[in-house]
Amino acid sequence: MTTLTSASTTKEGALRRFVRHLLYVMTDNPVTAVAFALFVLIVIAALFGPWLVPYNPLATDSSSTLQAPSWQHWFGTDHLGRDVFSRVVVATRLDLMIAVTAVAIAFVVGSTLGAIAGFYGGWTDRITGRLMDTIMAFPLFVLAMGIVAAAGNTIENIIYATAIINLPFYARMARTEVAVRRQAGYVQAARLSGNRDWRILAFQIFPNSLPPMMVQISLNMGWAILNAAGLSFIGLGVSPPTPEWGIMVAEGANYIVSGQWWLAVFPGLALMLAVFTFNLLGDGLRDLVDPLRRT
Amino acid sequence: MATMSRTRLIAWRVVQAVPVLIGIVIVSFLLTRALPGDPAAYFAGPAANAESIQQIRVSMGLDRPLPLQFISYVQDLFRGDLGTAISTGQPVIHELTTRLPASLELTGFALLFSMIIALPLGILAATRPNTWVDHLCRAVVTAGVSLPTFFTGLALIYVFYYLLGWAPSPMGRLDFLYLSPPKVTGFYVIDALIDRDLETAWGALSQLLLPAITLGLFTLAPIARMTRAAMLQTLESEFIRTARAAGLPRRKVLFTYALRNAILPVITTLGMVFSFALGANVLVEQVFSWPGIGSYAVEALVVSDYASVQGFVLTMALLFVALNLLIDVIYTLVDPRLNTQE
Repeated sequence: MTTLTSASTTKEGALRRFVRHLLYVMTDNPVTAVAFALFVLIVIAALFGPWLVPYNPLATDSSSTLQAPSWQHWFGTDHLGRDVFSRVVVATRLDLMIAVTAVAIAFVVGSTLGAIAGFYGGWTDRITGRLMDTIMAFPLFVLAMGIVAAAGNTIENIIYATAIINLPFYARMARTEVAVRRQAGYVQAARLSGNRDWRILAFQIFPNSLPPMMVQISLNMGWAILNAAGLSFIGLGVSPPTPEWGIMVAEGANYIVSGQWWLAVFPGLALMLAVFTFNLLGDGLRDLVDPLRRT
Repeated sequence: MATMSRTRLIAWRVVQAVPVLIGIVIVSFLLTRALPGDPAAYFAGPAANAESIQQIRVSMGLDRPLPLQFISYVQDLFRGDLGTAISTGQPVIHELTTRLPASLELTGFALLFSMIIALPLGILAATRPNTWVDHLCRAVVTAGVSLPTFFTGLALIYVFYYLLGWAPSPMGRLDFLYLSPPKVTGFYVIDALIDRDLETAWGALSQLLLPAITLGLFTLAPIARMTRAAMLQTLESEFIRTARAAGLPRRKVLFTYALRNAILPVITTLGMVFSFALGANVLVEQVFSWPGIGSYAVEALVVSDYASVQGFVLTMALLFVALNLLIDVIYTLVDPRLNTQE
């Protein structure tokens, strides 16, 4: 969101403009306002989760296992007597951390590759293009599985795998966005005043390509969270007893057929809500940045 | 390009798939060689000493330079040799081919289900913008992409198996009461129908229904979204206005002219949908204990059976390339613009 206002230069005007812009975004579409509220809630849970929850997410209690949701345990307790609500809230940080780091890496590497390919064209473009085509030639979740299996079953590798499968989206987008601006008037002006290529790319073209990329980030974040949770659902990356949504759903899956639904349903709902929030936010941002692509 | 005939277009597309295939083989080779630690020590087992590790390294060809290893890897691939699954002692290719029909049956059925729902939904939403159908479409689309498949699957199991008792127990392709039908296509429902065994066919279908719906709900969203967008755009175009002005019946305008043009971008998005579907397939198989290649790969991952996992990744990639080829062939076949040029 902040990058949308990064164009403002004066310091005192920046804050006022940011607030005004935020208000415009919120009132323009109530769905976006809801999404933004949910987003704030998720960020709070991720930052302060461990201090907000009523129980220790790792503390087992053999006297109260598999209890249905009650006033004491809002989301019930699991097979080891741990409080599901505390675990769901605390898990937010890890899930978000994996997705944010993965998308950040994908964004930095992907947009750099894409920007260079789009700016210079020719062989650089062709090689990057082929590389991205090869990644896209795999069903992406399956490729992530293969990468984690080959590189080792750790959280870092989950992050790298998620980053790699997100890479082509950013590379392709940056390539198109840079290529259309390559001959723009302000680029030629910058070149005439003696700027080097990388300066033009970094300070003239790239900032102007950012708004559509921000939309892509928001839309991708939900997908990255889903992927990471899917990987840990099949037993990759995060290991128990760490609270994480995917692994909690996997643990709860065994109890679904005997009727203890709360073990799997609440972490599943939290996951869904997070993905839903990022998708709505992305849609709202896109409507603002590029109303023509509204579907 | 536009002046090429259909056959030449299709042939050109097949040729274009070759570099992609080469890329896939290189990546899967790198994945098999990127095993953590020393692959030879890994395959030798925990009881090996330095000598037996060296022996295995030589027998696996791991002491040779990487390009030579790559050549023998490609040769093995052409012979259909993907290595041996450590967990079962069977060749990986055997395990994969026996389990592949189960995955294909599930994915195919799921895509059929999602197309049957998504196409009419998208068309209805486009012809009646801003009505309840349109809002329903929007809601379904946004919810559909946000739902983790493993969660939808579990929710469906809870409601339809535990609460209502309508669905059979979510354990595999066929209840143990039935014998699996004689193998013709490998698809249980179709095989049982060929065998005229209606009871088994029903048994297989009822097992298939929940996992297929789970996977279908996930792929429904992108198809419906694209159908709506493409249909909206086509309905605003000039040839549709001309057709309407000429007094053609509504049905003819909608289905003969609008839909045939609007379906093209939908077919293109199917490629992305397949990518998602094949990935989500793994999760759905895991939830429903479906004996396909996805659950096989997950089992292999748990016991660190890397040859099986890499064989699975390669199979999925080849399948995906084949599906994309199929999509492009279908695209050239239904593209109405090509008719006018021949």
